[in-house]
Amino acid sequence: MPAPLLELKGISKRFPGVVALDNVSLAVEKGEVVALIGENGAGKSTLMKTLGGVHQPDEGEICINGNVASIRSVSDSVALGIGFVHQELNNLDNLDVAANIYLGREPMWGGPLRLVDRQKMESDSLIYLRRLGLDVSPRTLLSSLSLAQQQMVEIAKALSQNARILILDEPTSSLTQGETDRLLQTVRDLRDEGVSVLYISHRLGEIRQIANRVVALRDGKNVGGLAREQITHDNMVRLMVGRDVKNFYVAGSTVPRHGRLQARNVRTRFRPAHAVSFDAAGGEILGFAGLVGAGRSELMQTIFGVDAALEGTVMLDGKAITLGNVKSTIGSGIYLVPEDRRKTGLIVAMTVRENITLPGLWEYTTAGLISRQREDVESERQVKSLRIKTPTIEAKAMNLSGGNQQKIVLGKWLALSPKVLIVDEPTRGIDVGAKAEIYRLLRELTDRDVAVIVVSSDLEEVLNISDRIIVMREGQIAGTLQRDQFSEKSVMDLAFGTTAAA
Amino acid sequence: MKKELGIGSLVLVLCIVLSILNPRFLSLYNLRNQATLVGEFGIFSIGMGIVIITSGIDLSVGSAFALLGVVLSILLREWHWPWFLAAAGAVFLMLLLGLFHAFMITIVKLQPFIVTLCGLLIYRGLARGVAHDEAKGFGTENFGILRSLANGHFLGVPMPLVLLIIVSIIMWVVLHRSVYGRYLYAVGRNEQAARFSGINTNLIVGSAYVVSMGLAAISGILFAFDTNSVSPSNHGNSYELYGIAAAVLGGCSLRGGEGSIIGILLGSILLQVLQNLVNLVGIPSSQNFTVMGTVILLGVTVDQLLAGRKRRVTAPKVTGPPSGGSIPPETVGTQTGAPL
Repeated sequence: MPAPLLELKGISKRFPGVVALDNVSLAVEKGEVVALIGENGAGKSTLMKTLGGVHQPDEGEICINGNVASIRSVSDSVALGIGFVHQELNNLDNLDVAANIYLGREPMWGGPLRLVDRQKMESDSLIYLRRLGLDVSPRTLLSSLSLAQQQMVEIAKALSQNARILILDEPTSSLTQGETDRLLQTVRDLRDEGVSVLYISHRLGEIRQIANRVVALRDGKNVGGLAREQITHDNMVRLMVGRDVKNFYVAGSTVPRHGRLQARNVRTRFRPAHAVSFDAAGGEILGFAGLVGAGRSELMQTIFGVDAALEGTVMLDGKAITLGNVKSTIGSGIYLVPEDRRKTGLIVAMTVRENITLPGLWEYTTAGLISRQREDVESERQVKSLRIKTPTIEAKAMNLSGGNQQKIVLGKWLALSPKVLIVDEPTRGIDVGAKAEIYRLLRELTDRDVAVIVVSSDLEEVLNISDRIIVMREGQIAGTLQRDQFSEKSVMDLAFGTTAAA
Repeated sequence: MKKELGIGSLVLVLCIVLSILNPRFLSLYNLRNQATLVGEFGIFSIGMGIVIITSGIDLSVGSAFALLGVVLSILLREWHWPWFLAAAGAVFLMLLLGLFHAFMITIVKLQPFIVTLCGLLIYRGLARGVAHDEAKGFGTENFGILRSLANGHFLGVPMPLVLLIIVSIIMWVVLHRSVYGRYLYAVGRNEQAARFSGINTNLIVGSAYVVSMGLAAISGILFAFDTNSVSPSNHGNSYELYGIAAAVLGGCSLRGGEGSIIGILLGSILLQVLQNLVNLVGIPSSQNFTVMGTVILLGVTVDQLLAGRKRRVTAPKVTGPPSGGSIPPETVGTQTGAPL
């Protein structure tokens, strides 16, 4: 049997105080999709970074086609045919598609003048864009593309460098269902063309769809794999966590009592043509599904007041709130956990304590001065009750994992008293264990008569945690689904508009 | 706190070296002179620091000193306003300029650098115009307490230093203990996230420019009476750079969100000691700026190298198992960056 295309043998990598990778071995054959799973911090990204030339392993070797390869830099990795599409896209959005694909290796003409051969660059780019079925001109500015399209451009770039092994790190974390489906199809096509794909994802549903094999990492070790026919949700979770996770989703128990939040004819600046009305009851989790760009986040930000409303009223327990004023919205008990926790949810350079107390800072003052002691008490309380894993409350938020950062954002609001909690993409990029905790927490809030609104592009999530789902399409409410109507199809039909609104 | 310790020891070492090289450094006359200068420069440097903490900049203060000086002289000596009204008028004028900056930066959304650079040009021009390009003086009158604020002593300590101490205590409480101070840091570190936490970011950012000009008004009155003659074309020239240098030396990052009152104070002292060193050690005064620039550059470089080393030693430990994806590179970069 010939040597596999890629073989990692006994890779170890230590950072001061941490063994990030401990004797990890892994082989990838030509034309197969291997999914790499594991909780955050399990070592997936570190392993991929040793392949990508970002880290050098302390021990072990990497073989390509049976030959030991030395990967000392990103360019070594690229030369060996390894293409790496990072979770945070590394493109330059002020340049066009062709310039991004050929960044740093632009075709030249004019001899010593070294002028860029735009024509060749564009026609060559077009080949790869076509191959990926991406219908944009090479001259399109990257900033005018959607996130999914930008990702395709990154894949095109990898292909243009003759990548035989493609590493996709959380490629779908910011994509909608439709975009995800298209990406998965692309992965299948590439596989059929003989490209090997290493696929990192927290979305187990996708892995079930495309992976030939699953390899799980836990605490820097390879803890086993699953063959195609063994790939099930439960098997994957067991491998990652090392035990069965019971009650992953917590079903609703309380009967919704009354409409706490009533939004009437809210028109946002992003979708000025459409007015949206809906109710959210205390004690329910109301899911908001739809494609990215359907206007869900914008609607929530308008209700919260960070974006100005063109028109409309929002009532809380029968009393109208002032729109467009975050401070007064917070004062009335309506809170938002935004989509992007690092940009808008948290001040990552500040400590856990400073983040938790920020929105209600006046609560911790005596005569206008902040009482450190009261701040400490409250943040310790949140750290404890949310089980935020942090060395101390004085640790900077940027040094914590995604799941713990998300818990800090939740802690900011739980330190006050929520009446309506809007959570935009509650578990994006968060590992399985933390996900389960966040779901449980949201459910606990409903027991306290909080109206919880969850905006999610993760279909599995929204179907499993919601008591009711509102599907949005192009800035309007396409329909509302009750629990007995829940199915992937019913949501997608409404999101894409393939059936009349329910 | 470590940063303050570093610059504090640098100040101490420089003082010791200087007193060995030239014992006149420790003479009462020299110390009083230095204290006066530290007071005058320190007060507006604190204002500059606050603006820098919000990730802004105020380039206009030097020109504003000239405008304030000529206006104050005209009010007192030509219009014969009572001293307290004239002083209030001068402070009011400065607060108006600060409000103007705040408006252009937070409502019109221009960059602070541009707005205050234009301020630098405009106020200098206005000062020269108002004064018909002639020096405006204050003669020998006392104008109530105004002259003694600049030249007087309290228990033997020059009044400008006394004022600086009072301002520092107040601003220390404001910056390090009040809600407003926490908001300043929050806005400087991440304006978006601050807004999502219910902070009126425009109000916080804008207020910093008003506070800066308010403190500059105090310094401006002191400068005017200390020189006693305001020549509109060069009074206060490039003083804004002293303020920026003091703030940055003291640990304020131009990226915003970092800095402390103690640091800014130490930065102001360091700058004056350096100037004094040039004079007392016999370096040609033409080399004044060379020495100052070199020392600032060295200080910031050492700080950067130390920060880099600290990051390499501790970062993986605190980040936990480096899963990479959880920390975007840009935040890692700002984690322990140097002030400049």
